[in-house]
Amino acid sequence: MAEADRPNPDKLLAEVNRAAARDRRGRLKIFFGASAGVGKTFTMLEAARVARAAGTDVVVGYVEPHGRSETERLVEGLERLPFLEVRYKGITRREFDLDAALRRAPAILLVDELAHSNLVDGEPRPRHAKRWQDIEELLDAGINVWTTVNIQHLESLNDVVAGITGTRQQETIPDRIFDEAAEVELIDLPPVDLLARLKAGKVYVAEHVATATERFFRTPNLLALRELALRRTADRVDAAAREYAGGERASQPWLGRDRFLIAVAPDDQAEQLVRFGKRFADALDAEWIVVSVETPAQLKLGEVERNRRVDVLRLAESLGAEAVTLDGPSAASALVEYARVRNVTRIVVGEPKRTGWRSLIRRSTATELVRRFRGFDVSVIARREGARREPRGVVLAGPGEVRWDRYWAALAISVACTGVAALMYPYFELTNLVMVYLLGATVAAMRLGRGPAALAAVVNVAALDFCFVPPRFSFAVSDLQYFVTFGVMLGVTLVIATLVANIRAQNRVAGARERRTALLYAMSRELAATRYFENLARVAVKHVAETFASHAALLMPDADDRLRTPHGAPVPGSLHDADLSVAQWVYDHDRPAGLGTDTLPAAAAQYLPLKGTRRTLGVLAVRPSQRRRLLLPEQRHLLETFAAQIALAVERAQLAEEAEAARVAAETESLRNTLLASISHDLRTPLAVIAGASSALSHRALDLDAETRRRLAESIELKAQEMSELISNVLDLMRFETGEVRLRRDWQTIDDLVGTALTRLDGRLTTHPVDVALAAELPPVYVDAPLVTQVLVNLLENAAKHTPAGTRISITASNDADELRVVVDDTGPGLPPGDPERLFAKFQRGRDESNTGGAGLGLAICRAIVGAHGGQIHAGPCPGGGARFTFTLPTAGPAS
Amino acid sequence: MTDAMFLVLVVEDDAGIRGVLHTLLESQHYRVAEAETAQRGILETRSHRPDLVIVDLGLPDRDGYSVVREIRQFSPVPILVLSARTMEADKIEALDAGADDYVTKPFSAAELLARVRATMRRSARTADRLPVLQFGAVSVDLTTRTALAGGNSLHLTPLEYRVIECLARSAGLIVTQEQLIREVWGPARLGDTRGLRAYVKMLRQKIEPDPKQPRYLITEAGIGYRLHVDDPPSAG
Repeated sequence: MAEADRPNPDKLLAEVNRAAARDRRGRLKIFFGASAGVGKTFTMLEAARVARAAGTDVVVGYVEPHGRSETERLVEGLERLPFLEVRYKGITRREFDLDAALRRAPAILLVDELAHSNLVDGEPRPRHAKRWQDIEELLDAGINVWTTVNIQHLESLNDVVAGITGTRQQETIPDRIFDEAAEVELIDLPPVDLLARLKAGKVYVAEHVATATERFFRTPNLLALRELALRRTADRVDAAAREYAGGERASQPWLGRDRFLIAVAPDDQAEQLVRFGKRFADALDAEWIVVSVETPAQLKLGEVERNRRVDVLRLAESLGAEAVTLDGPSAASALVEYARVRNVTRIVVGEPKRTGWRSLIRRSTATELVRRFRGFDVSVIARREGARREPRGVVLAGPGEVRWDRYWAALAISVACTGVAALMYPYFELTNLVMVYLLGATVAAMRLGRGPAALAAVVNVAALDFCFVPPRFSFAVSDLQYFVTFGVMLGVTLVIATLVANIRAQNRVAGARERRTALLYAMSRELAATRYFENLARVAVKHVAETFASHAALLMPDADDRLRTPHGAPVPGSLHDADLSVAQWVYDHDRPAGLGTDTLPAAAAQYLPLKGTRRTLGVLAVRPSQRRRLLLPEQRHLLETFAAQIALAVERAQLAEEAEAARVAAETESLRNTLLASISHDLRTPLAVIAGASSALSHRALDLDAETRRRLAESIELKAQEMSELISNVLDLMRFETGEVRLRRDWQTIDDLVGTALTRLDGRLTTHPVDVALAAELPPVYVDAPLVTQVLVNLLENAAKHTPAGTRISITASNDADELRVVVDDTGPGLPPGDPERLFAKFQRGRDESNTGGAGLGLAICRAIVGAHGGQIHAGPCPGGGARFTFTLPTAGPAS
Repeated sequence: MTDAMFLVLVVEDDAGIRGVLHTLLESQHYRVAEAETAQRGILETRSHRPDLVIVDLGLPDRDGYSVVREIRQFSPVPILVLSARTMEADKIEALDAGADDYVTKPFSAAELLARVRATMRRSARTADRLPVLQFGAVSVDLTTRTALAGGNSLHLTPLEYRVIECLARSAGLIVTQEQLIREVWGPARLGDTRGLRAYVKMLRQKIEPDPKQPRYLITEAGIGYRLHVDDPPSAG
């Protein structure tokens, strides 16, 4: 119960994305009619002229007047796009030029005949196989499109219409296009009027379908079609009304909806069932699942059948169903089990195929469902007329060659049994000899397959009859009971052989499936362990190339959203000449293209979009060494799964990068904020003094004596200097943080640097005597002089600021292996309690902050500078009281 | 020439700094002319022939280096450049281009005036005979090439002497390392700053009262050296 009612966040997200995409998309308006000739194109052109007169940019993309003069007149005066001349087998057809339309990008584009199939084999090759795909691309580009279509072109109604008219419509459009159109205008014409128009020659009829047209344009057909069209339009209105009224219900689509299951077999009724399912689901507003069960019998199906099965499942998905493939020994039991899991109460099946005596041996699925499994509603749909007629006789594929050696082996077994029986004959009853033969036949069944086993059974029976059953050495049978023996033996052998064959076949399928899963798992596991994108790409390409015997490449977009060929070391199996224009189309439209698809099918490779949760991330290009490989439905499905996994891995890597960048940005932001706060405080304080003192000096009314004025001026000078230091410190630190600092190194002697520092601080160290004790013969160091001087200045200032007047400061330097060690001591109160490393962090201050400036950056700058030179700086207590700051500089220079 | 006739041209775009410089210079009885842009400054230098030009390196229309070079093409007038603290490379460039010294912003009045004086002195000196320099207890007579420390003869090696001489000729003004090396050792030894430092160290031992805290032979980190001399009593 639980699974069905759980809310589905993925669906919600899909809804939101759809809504957003809808806003950007062009709007599709369909002029809809029951049949050809009702006047759809005419009405469309009339409306276009009105719009044009109102000033809208209306362009005719493709309208074939087909010789109808009134229509031709309407086209005049409207801007027309030139046709695309497509040549095929010596004939030139005029087709719609999609690229010209995209370039022109009008507000409204008129494109007639939504269901038209493009001439894919022509030259130049159209991009899509179907016009509705062209129109989708136009809508994606934001162009509004007006088009026309008849009721019989709708996919889900295809067989219904075929049933009505007797002709099957080949060109169909997915219902989705119709249902999602922004506007559908029904052009209704009563059959009487339509027939009148036909007689008057006002309806276009292609020459070669004249006879079919006659059959088509009969009143009962037209009435039925008109009703269908009206009903479909009414459904749309109804759905819109429901959506409007029951908006809340639409926001919880997964609760409380009915659900049913459609079972399809790879026969000719499958498509009909799927289309029925769509109509049924729409009528009930229910969810529907299309299930195809792979029984062992179906494993022998030919490629045509397998293709059809995949096509049917695709059709189901395109109509809005969930498509599922199960496997199991019996279709009925698999269906029932699945139905129970999915909480389905109704199962829809097609007409039972096994009739007559065969239905006694093996019940058809429908019968089984009804008879054996309780608790389900079973709907059986009759096969319709006009359903596609496929050639009878399913081609038996699979390991096709006849294994003659097995038949010989079977014969050998029979001979062996006969030999054993002959040995036993004198001592045992005939019944025991029968057992020997039975054993032999069973062995043959288990080892050799059905055919040889059958042969063994028959030969055994013959041998038994001939050699041992009285009268001996003749095929006559004296006791009719032996017929029973023969029959049973044959039957048992065949049953065992069949069972074994089925098990083996299922094992094969399971093995194949397991192999596919293992391949997918191998790639997923390796992708999960890979961190950087270049490695991801290599792993992905390697696995795809190996699994599909092809060359592959991962194409990613650059900053301008254009795809680029990958750079980096090529992996065996990487594709070097991927067609970037095709790949760019795939990336822009988020749809696969190339080999095996409907778009640009002549390309050498298949291009799949890598879809992330938010957007398309890139394109996977795969060129198989054998084209046919990628056309197999299982391979295509597997490749899609691979692409999905790769997309996930790529997205994960990108998200990790983004998270890292965001973290760094946040840290920088945080640092900037702290800096601003601190600077703000530390600038205002000296500014206050400057402002006060200078305003006092400039105030006319104040009568200050010379001494006072001098003192005021001095404080202004001092505070200005403080501010200058602060700003320098801040700027220095910021330059270090952003890595802008380049060291300008040169050979310097430490005494020179110390001297410079002392000179610079001349005025400010008057209250603190400094002793300099540098060891003799100290090696010079290869450093940036101003920066290292700054370190000394900061350390000295620091000592002066944090110790009372009169405290002695001493500077010593010594040579220590390959380092120069400089120590600045003071005999003051010592370091504040706590971890000394803390002092070197930004904005740390040891003590009361109110009267010390510099924002606590001095030591942080020292650390940055010393670190940049490859040295270290530490703080600690000075033996004998006070604080000691030590820093080291490597003495090695550049290799010169 | 009396001080009152000295004309100083200030090329600076910021009005506040121009004002301060104007006030300071006038207090020393110099005449002051102002220019806001490099273009204008070069024009004024040509037309009014000042005795000193103070150029801000951060002018909006041209960079200081090119201004100095252009002026040097037509005039040997002493040039002082104003620079922000971090533009070391620019300072060296300007000095190499021919500027005589630099002053970092923010500057103190004392420092600025000292440099101005030193620059004026130097230009005056080229016309006169080389004087005797006095710093602390040491006096150096450039004409006779003798040095005395506290009355006693000071022994300087020929190279040491040349270093002092070079620095003394631009007494009070900065001399870049390259300039010093070129003048003392010749252009072949350019880049050998180690040797230079050794000589400076030895010199300091001889002439400084406390070699560890030099007062006269000052290092300008990363740029060069400056010799501070006592001002002769006549300078304002």
